[in-house]
Amino acid sequence: MNSTTLLAFDALLLISTVSLAWASLASSDERRGVILFMAFGLLLAMAWSRLQAPDVALAEAAIGAGLSGALLLSAVRREPVGLSRTGAEPVQNHEKTDYRMTLRWTVTLLCAAFTATLGWAYLSALSFGPHDGLPRAIAANLEASGVSNPVTAVLLNFRAWDTLLELAVLLTAALGILALGKESPAYQPAGVVFEGLIRWLVPLLILTAGYLLWVGAHAPGGAFQAGATLAAAGVVLRLAGRHRIGLPAGIRLRVLMAAGVGVFLLVGLVLMLAGRSFLGYPPALASLLILVIETAAMLAIAATLVLAFAGGRPQTDVLANTAVKLEASTASGPGPARPAGSGGTSNDCIPEKKAC
Amino acid sequence: MLTAQWLYGLAGCLVTGIGLGNALLGSSLLKRVLAINVMGAGVFMMLIAVAYRGPDLAPDPVPHALVLTGIVVAVSATALALALARRLDREQDDG
Repeated sequence: MNSTTLLAFDALLLISTVSLAWASLASSDERRGVILFMAFGLLLAMAWSRLQAPDVALAEAAIGAGLSGALLLSAVRREPVGLSRTGAEPVQNHEKTDYRMTLRWTVTLLCAAFTATLGWAYLSALSFGPHDGLPRAIAANLEASGVSNPVTAVLLNFRAWDTLLELAVLLTAALGILALGKESPAYQPAGVVFEGLIRWLVPLLILTAGYLLWVGAHAPGGAFQAGATLAAAGVVLRLAGRHRIGLPAGIRLRVLMAAGVGVFLLVGLVLMLAGRSFLGYPPALASLLILVIETAAMLAIAATLVLAFAGGRPQTDVLANTAVKLEASTASGPGPARPAGSGGTSNDCIPEKKAC
Repeated sequence: MLTAQWLYGLAGCLVTGIGLGNALLGSSLLKRVLAINVMGAGVFMMLIAVAYRGPDLAPDPVPHALVLTGIVVAVSATALALALARRLDREQDDG
């Protein structure tokens, strides 16, 4: 492709991306805003692949546009008015309107100044010329890392610490969601067409997740993209009204969510006992250890994202809908911390709900 | 300096600025969460643009790994923020 065509493509892509970001935030309808945000995410994925970052493009399309979009959309579905209430008290007098306008303009000007400074800083950073110290060091050590995809090598070998802590962030978010309440009411059971679709789609998504996980060692892919794809299967199942969405209940769910951090730490500590540094893999075992860690990470990421989509502690079973209603009519405050989904069958579900 | 590098980088700055403004002025919690996501996307854009080294050289994998981590952290933060917003709403409804 010649450079003029490429430049025209870049310009078109960037104009669309920036306009979509603007339109998504300027839209007064939240649902519309979220859908524009998803479109923005997909264009971003295109920009990443243009800049030779296919790993990031996959993650952006699956997580940034896909799952974030699904999370935000379900929040809009759940709270038609609620979430849009903050600060929207009717303004009574002129003084208050004036104050708001001044605030608005001040913030806008400051943000414009911030953007200009950021741009200036970015350009002056670029003017130092190309940086090739780190890329060269990575290329030189790639052989010993156990994988041949440099991004996976950085994530799971050279900077494994970062990824370990990232999984800890994910676990913290999951614990927060578990602590904040029960999941939202389930969707209606799917119709015939949707039911037929998910019979094909869910196995295909699981297969794709497995493929992405395996291929991440030597080509774009890896635990995050695979986890997001697996979570997408859960999201589709939930949309179809399947209540359990493939998640285990109670303690097994917690074990699954902690698996990423747990296996990572275990590998690090075992290596320390064997006389190596924390997460300093022996080259001969590196690729196996990375695959083990990635598999656990994929399961943990998928479980956490599905849980986030469900919006809280899973109810035990199909009676959840009635249980939610019961709970709403009996309990006013936050209920006592009950062990989530204490593994019960449908028989013990209702009395348990009544109790809280 | 490559054209693509500064084009995409400056667009990233712009997106970050748009996100920041809306995060500060947003009229609802959901919109603020959306704005923070957009702001993060702008930062990712700058990082990926820095990593790009032209069509002939392989890009720098370190910023790519940083952005991948960032995307996952952003979605966790979004999920937690939405759960908090929902809880806040329920509390207000009850009280």
